[in-house]
Amino acid sequence: MELLGHLADGFATSLSPMNLMIVIIGVTAGLFIGAMPGLGSVNGVAIVLPLTFIVPPSSAIILLAAIYYGAMYGGAISSILLGIPGASTAVATTFDGRPMAQQGKAGLALIAAATASFVGGTISVILFTLFAAPLADVALAFGPPEEFALVLLAFTTFVGLGGDDVLKTIIMICLGLVLSTVGLDLISGQPRLIFFDQPGFYSGVSFLVLAIGIYGVGEILYTIETSKSAPSVTPAKLTFKELKYGLKEMNKLWKTMSFGSIMGFFVGMLPAAGATPAALMAYGLAKLTSKTSSTFGKGNIEGVAAPETANNAASTGSLLPMLTLGIPGSPTTALLLGGMVMWGLVPGPMLFIEQPDFVWGLISSLYTANLAAVLVNLALIPVFVWALRMPFTVLCAIVLILCLVGGYAPSQKLHDVWLIVGFGVIGYFLRKADYPMAPLVLALVLGPLMERSFRQTLISEQGNVLAFVERPLSATFIALSAIFFLLPLLNMLRRRMRAKTTAGKPAE
Amino acid sequence: MTYPITRRLAIAAAASIGLLSAGPVAAEGWTPERPVEMVIMAGTGGGADRLARLFQSIIQKENLSTMPILPVNKGGGSGAEALRYLADNEGENHLIMATLNSYYTTPLRTDIGVDIEEFTPIARMALDTFVLWVNADSDIETLDDYVEAVKASGGTWKMGGTGTGQEDSLVTAMLENEFGISVTYVPFSGGGDVARNLVGGHIDSSVNNPSEALGFYQAGELRPIAAFTPERISAFPDTPTMGELGHDLVYWMQRSFVAPKGMAPEAVAYYTEMFENLSQSQEWQTYTAEKALMADFLTGEELQAYFLEEREKHADLLNAMGEGS
Repeated sequence: MELLGHLADGFATSLSPMNLMIVIIGVTAGLFIGAMPGLGSVNGVAIVLPLTFIVPPSSAIILLAAIYYGAMYGGAISSILLGIPGASTAVATTFDGRPMAQQGKAGLALIAAATASFVGGTISVILFTLFAAPLADVALAFGPPEEFALVLLAFTTFVGLGGDDVLKTIIMICLGLVLSTVGLDLISGQPRLIFFDQPGFYSGVSFLVLAIGIYGVGEILYTIETSKSAPSVTPAKLTFKELKYGLKEMNKLWKTMSFGSIMGFFVGMLPAAGATPAALMAYGLAKLTSKTSSTFGKGNIEGVAAPETANNAASTGSLLPMLTLGIPGSPTTALLLGGMVMWGLVPGPMLFIEQPDFVWGLISSLYTANLAAVLVNLALIPVFVWALRMPFTVLCAIVLILCLVGGYAPSQKLHDVWLIVGFGVIGYFLRKADYPMAPLVLALVLGPLMERSFRQTLISEQGNVLAFVERPLSATFIALSAIFFLLPLLNMLRRRMRAKTTAGKPAE
Repeated sequence: MTYPITRRLAIAAAASIGLLSAGPVAAEGWTPERPVEMVIMAGTGGGADRLARLFQSIIQKENLSTMPILPVNKGGGSGAEALRYLADNEGENHLIMATLNSYYTTPLRTDIGVDIEEFTPIARMALDTFVLWVNADSDIETLDDYVEAVKASGGTWKMGGTGTGQEDSLVTAMLENEFGISVTYVPFSGGGDVARNLVGGHIDSSVNNPSEALGFYQAGELRPIAAFTPERISAFPDTPTMGELGHDLVYWMQRSFVAPKGMAPEAVAYYTEMFENLSQSQEWQTYTAEKALMADFLTGEELQAYFLEEREKHADLLNAMGEGS
């Protein structure tokens, strides 16, 4: 088979001693970069990009891919240990990862995240190897109406499957959508919602600022109040026995993980979507199909596994449109694309034909990077868990510093630091009032895409709203959205019915 | 006993000074004392960003600067954020900015309290070109076919482009005026996105820069109809210019560098020399040829005159579109 021949050639490149060393350095660096709140794969790749001129392009892309993968693994670490998603892709990991850590199962949660990431990465790389070329056409079939329908589906997954108070979920989504309109309107170019004429609002409110504020600062305030002097986290130890137990637990979740991987790969492949909606949708789907769905959000291992498989699968998926179409699916792939241009490669339909060495070297390095990442990650889990044994008073201060530095680093604007503090206080009160935070963050991440694709469709179709249901792909997504949106209503009716039939009997 | 060591040190020092002054970075007088910030007027991943990072990489590779150049994206508000930043750093010698045409259009469209006349021009590296593209599956082969098809659509013809009030929409407005046609302009967030949507059939035409559409062109997915240049672009020898077809439509995207108001003349000289060396580098020559960019080096007063002239032109264009205020 021609494919296997190419792949074998690729492995000959990626398995050279130098490239193997590069992979290990890359994933380790990526892991730590990803684990820092505020620093994600984008920063890692951006920092290293100029250094890649000292090595040949095929080694350079391997280094960048290794950092990319390492950071995707690392993102889960701060989500689980600190409750702060290091990147938007790891938001869903906090839902169950954080409660697990609070119950003293941080080690297990980290094992789950690492193995799930590995499974997600592996399945998606295999899909990538087999179907890279034909799948490029799927990405092309996605125009603005399809993008809108997909984002709508991601939102309704949340309303329908979120399980939180539906009204509060919708309120938070609306709030997030309002925040997402701050800054410059893409369609008209006019500034919108520039509060107090602060020039900082011109570039909008970034996801990172909101997430660090709400999850980082808000969480600290909340924990200080609830725990007073007692540490909120039970320190966990990690032994080989636990590792074995963890892997055994994960073995039971193969269904969740394969669903998550396939879904993540396909959603990640779509140029505009990326790993964040993929992880959230995988979480929703896992909750829907799980036998233990009632414990989701309270420390269910399945709730860690599903988003982690999906976001790693999606990060592989987003390489596909970058390589085959020259269109980056995420900010990080945009940087990788920039790197390829610098090395004199033209990403796009001709790349597979003109530069097979490069392409297959990259694909094979995804296999090695994935394997290296899971090994390095598992080996370092005791180090990460050890961080939790710090006295709460110390940890709290360190986290706060990380939050502020992490918020300042990417934009280098003090404006963002003040916003983080503001969001932290608001987040604290919203949490006290029991409002769910995830829909807010999700709405801010996906809001701009949703608004843009909606308006692009209406402009192209001369204001015809039916355009969304006239195209088969987007019609399917819209129909699914409608079902998900109505699910809570149906559930409520069912519960009422059941309540009536069991009336008189003691409550469960 | 200390004598030989001192002498050795002195020789080493002299040698290294000699090496330094022999290198290409030998600017007389002023050299940067810390890393130089290179502000980019656009977000990451777009055409402007890719080019700015290419410059940075060549500078680093060819050792054209004694201090590293650090690219920083300030793309907010169509570059308003970057322009404000430059204005707020008057007299700063360690700051340069990579510009595109929003250098004129952004201050013209929204009042951000910036007058580009005050900034210090450094060097214009290139002029980027515009080409009218359609999907290769369409029946449109010539400009006449195109105009006919747009007219037949009755205003529903979808032209995709980057943003609103920026280059692509200006070029579209020029087309509409010239041919008396009307299209539905659909704004996207970047040139790559526009090209993908054109290949996917979600829009009907685009005015992408060649570098944004090149990959699809080579794969036979996109067809160039006409170029908005005075002469044919060497990468597309068979594509006529608008001028050849009897329509006086020329539009460029400038890729230049400017510095804050009041930068020391020695520093200006240093950066000018750095970019001059860059413009002569092999890599830059290759890149411009492959990507159909017109390398067109210009500095100092002439560049400033060019900026002001272009600002006038863009003010007229925006007024004609009803966007200027």
